[in-house]
Amino acid sequence: MTEIELLSWARGPGLQIATVIFVAGVVIRIFEIFMLGRKANLAEAKGGEMSGGLKTMITRTIPDRTTFKRSSVTIVSGYIFHIGLFIVCFLSAPHILFLKDIIGFGWPSLPTPVIDAFAVVTIIAMLATLVNRLTNKVMRYLTNFEDLLTWFITFLPLVTGYLAFHRIGMTAPTLLAVHILSVELLLIIFPFTKLMHAFTLFIARWYNGAISGYRGVAS
Amino acid sequence: MKKDLSLNDGTPTEGTTGSGTLGESLRSQGVSRRSFMKFCATTASMMALPPSMIPLIANALENAMRPSVIWLSFQECTGCTESLTRAHSPTVESLIFESISLDYHHTLQAASGEAAEAAREAAMEENFGNYLLVVDGSIPLDNPGYSTIAGISNLDMLTESAKGAAAIIAVGTCATYGGIPHANPNPTGAVSVKDIIKDKRIINVPGCPPIPVVITGVLAHYLTFGSIPELDHIGRPKAFYGQSIHDRCYRRPFYDKGQFAETFDDEGAKKGWCLFKLGCRGPTTYNACATTKWNNGTSFPIESGHPCLGCSEPDFWDGGGFYKALSMPTEDISKTAVYTVAGAAAAGAVIGALNRGKKSNSDKIHIKTTIDDLRK
Repeated sequence: MTEIELLSWARGPGLQIATVIFVAGVVIRIFEIFMLGRKANLAEAKGGEMSGGLKTMITRTIPDRTTFKRSSVTIVSGYIFHIGLFIVCFLSAPHILFLKDIIGFGWPSLPTPVIDAFAVVTIIAMLATLVNRLTNKVMRYLTNFEDLLTWFITFLPLVTGYLAFHRIGMTAPTLLAVHILSVELLLIIFPFTKLMHAFTLFIARWYNGAISGYRGVAS
Repeated sequence: MKKDLSLNDGTPTEGTTGSGTLGESLRSQGVSRRSFMKFCATTASMMALPPSMIPLIANALENAMRPSVIWLSFQECTGCTESLTRAHSPTVESLIFESISLDYHHTLQAASGEAAEAAREAAMEENFGNYLLVVDGSIPLDNPGYSTIAGISNLDMLTESAKGAAAIIAVGTCATYGGIPHANPNPTGAVSVKDIIKDKRIINVPGCPPIPVVITGVLAHYLTFGSIPELDHIGRPKAFYGQSIHDRCYRRPFYDKGQFAETFDDEGAKKGWCLFKLGCRGPTTYNACATTKWNNGTSFPIESGHPCLGCSEPDFWDGGGFYKALSMPTEDISKTAVYTVAGAAAAGAVIGALNRGKKSNSDKIHIKTTIDDLRK
C-alpha cells in the first residue's frame, strides 16, 4: 500500500467505518439512557424542575472555591485542554472544510499560527493532567486502564495533527493519513468509554439540578 | 547563442553523436564558457551543493565522455519527451541532452523499424555495463500484446535493455509509479520499472510530466559524480523532491492567514489567495515546481490559478477528486451518518424497550423481605 493509497483509505472507507460505529454507538446509548425513565415522584413539587436543571447546568460548570483549592491543577489544566481542543478541532480551516462536507455549512476559521499556538498549549495541558494523575496519590488510586486509554486516544490526534502540520518525522501524505486514522480511532472508542461525557455531561447536570429544583433546594 | 571566441577554440567536433567529450561537443555548438559555467552554477544550486563544487561539476562535465543513452518509451503519452524538448534551442539544458549520445529514442530518432532496433542493440553491445537507460511509460503485465515495439513486448525490451545498464532513470510518473495506466481499474496490469527491475540502481524522476531541468539535472549529477544522487524513500532525488510544494509555495502566507479562493472566479481567486479549498495537493506533494518552475522559470500551475494535482506522487490519479480539499472525506459521509442515525434510533428504541421490559419484570418477581423473614 502506497502512502497515497493509505491516505485515500483513511479519507474514504476508514472514515465510513468510524462514522458508522461512532454515530450508532452514541445514538443507541442516548436512547438507552432516556428510555430508562424515572419513577414518578409522588412528593409535592416545591419548585420547578426546568429552572433548577438549567441553573445547575451553569453553576456546575463554574468550580466553587473549595473544590478549586482542592483540585486546582485538575481544574485549570482540564479547562485549558478542553477549550484548546474545541478551538483546534472546530476553528481550524481544514477541519471546518471537513465538517462542512458532512453537515453542509461552515464558519470562519482562525489563522494557522493561532491554531498552532493553541495546539501546543493543549498538548502541554494534557501532559499536565497526566502527570497530575500519576503523581497525585488519590488520583493514581482512582485511575484505571480506561482513564489512560481515553487520555492517550485523545492525545494522539493532537500530536499527529501537530506533526502533520509541521511535517515532522515522516512524509506529508503519511502524516496526514496517520492523523486522520488517529481521529477515526477516537471516533471508534468514543461511544464505549467515558468520552461519552461529551454528550451526557449536560444531561446529567440538568438531571441533578432538576431533582433539587423539584424539592425546592439549592443544587 | 553567440560563440565566445576568447574562451572557445572553436574547433568543431563531429556532430552530436559518437565519441568525444561533452566539453568539445558544447564548444562545437557555440556554447560559451560563461554560459556553461552559469549552467554548472545553476545545477549546483539546484542540487543544494556548495559553490566550491561548481568547478568540479564544470571539470567533470567538460571531460565526461558522452555516455550512450537508450531511451525506452512504453505505455506513455510522450508528454515526458515533450516536456524535455520544451527546453529546446538553444538552452544549455537541451545542448547537454544533445551532447550525450542518445542512441535510441522512438520519438526523436530518425530511424525506424529494424534499423532502429539494430541501433539499440549495437549501442547496448558496444557500451555494455556503461550506458544509461532512460524509461518513460509503464509496463503492461496482463497481456504482452497491449504494448509492443517492433514486435517485442515492453517487458522483454525492458529486462533485456536493463541487463547492461549502468543505471536506470525512470522518467515520469508512469515509469516511476505506474501513473495513469496504473490507475484504477488498471486494465492493462500496468506496473512501474522498479516493480520489474530489482538488481539495478533506479532513479525515479516522477511528474506528469517531470520538469525538464530536473531531468537534465539528474543527468548532470550522474555525469559529474558518476553515481546516483541521494534518493528519498520512493527513489526520488532529494535535491529536487526534498520539499513539498506547500512549503515552498508563494501563496503559503494566504493559507496561514486563512485566506482562500472558494471558487475559480471569486474575489479570492482574483487576489491570488490559497487554493487549498479548491483541492490543492501542494501539502502532500514533493516536487520542485514551486522553485524551478516551468517554461524557463515563467510560472507553475498554482501561479496560473490551478491547484496542484500531486502528479509526482504514486497513485495521484486515485487519490480522491482533484477539486475536493485534502481534509475532506473522499466518500459521502453525510448519507452514511443519516442512515446510521435512523438505523441506530430504531435499534436504540428496541434495546430501550427490552431494558424497560427487563426492569418491570424484575419489579414483578421481586419478593419483599420482612422483619419476620429475618427473624426466622
